[in-house]
Amino acid sequence: MKYLLLATCLTAFLATPAAANKVFVSNEKGNTVTVLDSDTWEVLTEFPAGNRPRGITVSPDGKLLYVCASDDDTVRVFDTETYQELYTLPSGPDPELFILHPSGNPLYIANEDDNLVTVVDTASHTVLAEVPVGVEPEGMGISPNAQFVVNTSETTNMAHFIDTSDYQIKHNILVDQRPRYAQYSDDGSTLYVTSEIGGTVSVIDIAEDGTPNLSHKITFEVPGVLPEWLQPVGAKITADAKTLFVALGPANRVAVIDAETNEVEDYIITGQRVWQLAFTPDQKYLITTNGNSNDVTIIDVDSKKAIKSVQVGQQPWGVVVTPD
Amino acid sequence: MHRIVILLTACLLVLCSSFAARAADIRSAIFRIDYPEVAPISRFEAKPDDLGFAGASLANEDNLTTGQFLGHTYEVDNITAPPDQADTAFQALLDAGHTIIVVLANANDLLRLADMAGPDVLILNAMAQDTPLRSDMCRGNILHVVPSHAMQADAIAQFTIWKKWPRWFLIHGSNPEDQVMADAYRRAAIKFGAKIVEEREFEDTGGSRRTDTGHVLVQRQIPVFTQNAAKHDVVIAADASDVFAPYLPFHLWTPRPVLGAAGLRPISLHPAHEAWGATQFQRRFEALTGRYVRAEDYQAWLGLRVVGEAVTRTGSSDVNTLRDYILSDAFELAAFMGQKVTFRDWNGQLRTPVLLYDGRITVSVSPQDGFLHQRSPLDTLGLDAPESDCTAFTRP
Repeated sequence: MKYLLLATCLTAFLATPAAANKVFVSNEKGNTVTVLDSDTWEVLTEFPAGNRPRGITVSPDGKLLYVCASDDDTVRVFDTETYQELYTLPSGPDPELFILHPSGNPLYIANEDDNLVTVVDTASHTVLAEVPVGVEPEGMGISPNAQFVVNTSETTNMAHFIDTSDYQIKHNILVDQRPRYAQYSDDGSTLYVTSEIGGTVSVIDIAEDGTPNLSHKITFEVPGVLPEWLQPVGAKITADAKTLFVALGPANRVAVIDAETNEVEDYIITGQRVWQLAFTPDQKYLITTNGNSNDVTIIDVDSKKAIKSVQVGQQPWGVVVTPD
Repeated sequence: MHRIVILLTACLLVLCSSFAARAADIRSAIFRIDYPEVAPISRFEAKPDDLGFAGASLANEDNLTTGQFLGHTYEVDNITAPPDQADTAFQALLDAGHTIIVVLANANDLLRLADMAGPDVLILNAMAQDTPLRSDMCRGNILHVVPSHAMQADAIAQFTIWKKWPRWFLIHGSNPEDQVMADAYRRAAIKFGAKIVEEREFEDTGGSRRTDTGHVLVQRQIPVFTQNAAKHDVVIAADASDVFAPYLPFHLWTPRPVLGAAGLRPISLHPAHEAWGATQFQRRFEALTGRYVRAEDYQAWLGLRVVGEAVTRTGSSDVNTLRDYILSDAFELAAFMGQKVTFRDWNGQLRTPVLLYDGRITVSVSPQDGFLHQRSPLDTLGLDAPESDCTAFTRP
């Protein structure tokens, strides 16, 4: 506790005077979004965000906040300054996760009930395409060059590689049970797919032309924790491609993985049912949402230590930080 | 049209891609024996005509969606037969070359059909819960996707022990099926340290359960029947056909929670279950069938999804290849239970959690916290390897 206090004080003193970023957390059960300040980690406000907000992302200019309001069957778009809802986007039924094109347009949305990925033009607010995928599409990732959008289907257990130029599936890779999340490394050479029920992370090498090849599966083991509860969900990798962080759901831990050797180095204890992750833009901090303890854990990326937890709304699910 | 074009092109592309090298065409059957039954005790529980078949169609759709990326196709035939024509109908299925059959039948019929089928047919038991089918009466060609009575009784026992309600008043019916359930509870009590402080038998004297104003008589009979029992924490009801158990809550002499055949019931799946992504399963099922799911549907779905998963991973349609894979350590399936379901290689029983359901919501899920096992907490439910007398499965 002393150490925590000290770390928090140090952090406060050492914090650069650069403008703080806003951290947006979707609260699945509370139907709200909580806003935190990334300097002070104080809660700035909490605002209504529709029914069952889950997937959450922000436009490249930091002005627009996109929220999957799953039970409203729509994507709600908010002003990141005023927190007013600006408009909604057609999403197809039960949108859970989505990914924005690096340019800010279009938005690729997984529709769990219809086995579809819906592509929505964020400027004209129209549906550009519907791509049939496997059963229960969920995780969404995009290659850094935006050539491929990757969707994971939870019951089919595949990563589908959708070509963004013609919306056709060009590759499928079988992974372990209930794939939840897909994350490319920043150089696009590796894709990580987490499998919640399989308990693994599939490491997929990506060739120059985007062709995937499953090369390794990362497994987890924590003494005193039942293997059944080691359920990989959210994942983020540092810009230098050296460290991969994986949220382990009901194991209440984030695994720290050496991305060069694929060895698990450490487990960081977080709040309960740790779900999704987001870095601050400088990658000094990693924020985790903890659904069952209604808080977020702030992890110092360099020291790989949890430095603080902050109470947010009911059942926090997704998290995004505004860019610099 | 737009959608169809995309779908077709997607399929073509997939077929051309290097991934879908192997083709497999899987034809399964669901075989259901329709026994004569009295009307259900509650109007809510009228048996749908497509019971079981509906779950199988959803599984078939799920398998087809996955199969389109791999060049695998699936179809399923639905067969019903009254008990006296079951053998003929089943033989016709075998003669037609069916080798993967999900069976919804009672234990005796299941055993006879499995013996007719022989070792080169894979039977998935989606209905018979009798524990001996997982022990001395087991068959090497049957995989059980439905939880056994022992698993369900253990699920209830763990919950009462977790709650520190160890003193049981066991009330069982007079039919053989009720006795079988009562045996499962007696076994569970010993296994988990509960004490059956009193046992009573409620005799099934026949008669209509749904007479007009029948509740007037029930309200007088049940308190008298349950009067002066030894001091107990809970009432455990073993009643396979809703003869008396549904009347127990609220009519007991001593106010106590009821578990088992009424009150808090062990079940494989119910239509209100939402945890672990089950909402998506419920929505897909309801969109396809226009009704709520029943446990039998989920069990039939499981049967065909187990097969589908094995086909996806092995690329084979050969029954023995599939069976070996399903019983191997490599097999795992996500089935909306919060952890993978797998099979016990000593008796072919699916390892699965058991939901505890009050008629509206999931109250709890067993195994309960703190019940540990060297292999998997799921093996605290039902017959563990040393407890099963099954020898039909050769273990490595």
